[in-house]
Amino acid sequence: MEQRDVGHGCTATARPDQDPESAAWVAALSDTRGRRYEEACERLHAVLLRIARSELRRRGSDTRITGPELDDLAHQAAADALLAITRKLADFRGESRFTTWAYRFVILEVSAKTGRHFWRRPTETLGAEDWDRLPDRLGLDPARETQWRDLVRALREAVDEVLTPHQRQVFLAVVVDGVPLDALVTQWNTNRNAVYKTVFDARRKLRAHLVAHGHLERKAGAS
Amino acid sequence: MNESSARIEHFLHTDPRDVGCDQAMEMLHVYVDLAANGQNPHERYPGMAAHLQACGPCDQDFEGLLAAVTGRPGG
Repeated sequence: MEQRDVGHGCTATARPDQDPESAAWVAALSDTRGRRYEEACERLHAVLLRIARSELRRRGSDTRITGPELDDLAHQAAADALLAITRKLADFRGESRFTTWAYRFVILEVSAKTGRHFWRRPTETLGAEDWDRLPDRLGLDPARETQWRDLVRALREAVDEVLTPHQRQVFLAVVVDGVPLDALVTQWNTNRNAVYKTVFDARRKLRAHLVAHGHLERKAGAS
Repeated sequence: MNESSARIEHFLHTDPRDVGCDQAMEMLHVYVDLAANGQNPHERYPGMAAHLQACGPCDQDFEGLLAAVTGRPGG
């Protein structure tokens, strides 16, 4: 493996079996002095901006971000992604094409920025613990209420009985209020994995409780 | 089990192979490259596949990155 200084105190590793396009990107971004670096950054920024715009449009129905606001967020995401890519170039180990590795940064920036944007225009009144929303959140058909009424009541009781206060707070926000995970990450200054893990553990506890009380069937091998 | 119970069961189901968001995001580019090349990343990384099935935001990132590298609109 070849080691090279890439500035910012980092060292990039170029694998001998790296595809030519990836190797060219790494080479161009490795030496931060000179025109080649500037041109590579300009080219990469242009691609990142195009991807950010496209991704924000793709998520449009969820985020309701359009027009100049969308373009502003796309510019922010592309700029922050480019900065992260040049700073973390040494982390690129050639496990994928360089472009796939690099584009991941702009996709994650779009996620983070749309999460923050959620609180600028929340879609509903939140925090009211409106349990009437739960059947809809779970995709249950109102016409079949006789099928699910008792089970939903048991689920609601289980939320109060078996979850910790923190698990209950997160579960209510995500499941009942429908707050996006990335929006909670911003509000609570945490990370996506922590919120996901809390909901994961809550679901597991709720299921075990409902099985133990005969509301759901025990399945072999199920957690 | 009726359809409503099945929905609730599905919602509460957790897969012990699920790697969580941190590991999934760490490996996302590798997983997407395999998918873009027509390979079966879920066979090589079942814990990642389990996570993407359960985590909407990470699946959204997967679809977005796949669309970016293939030039095809994602789901």
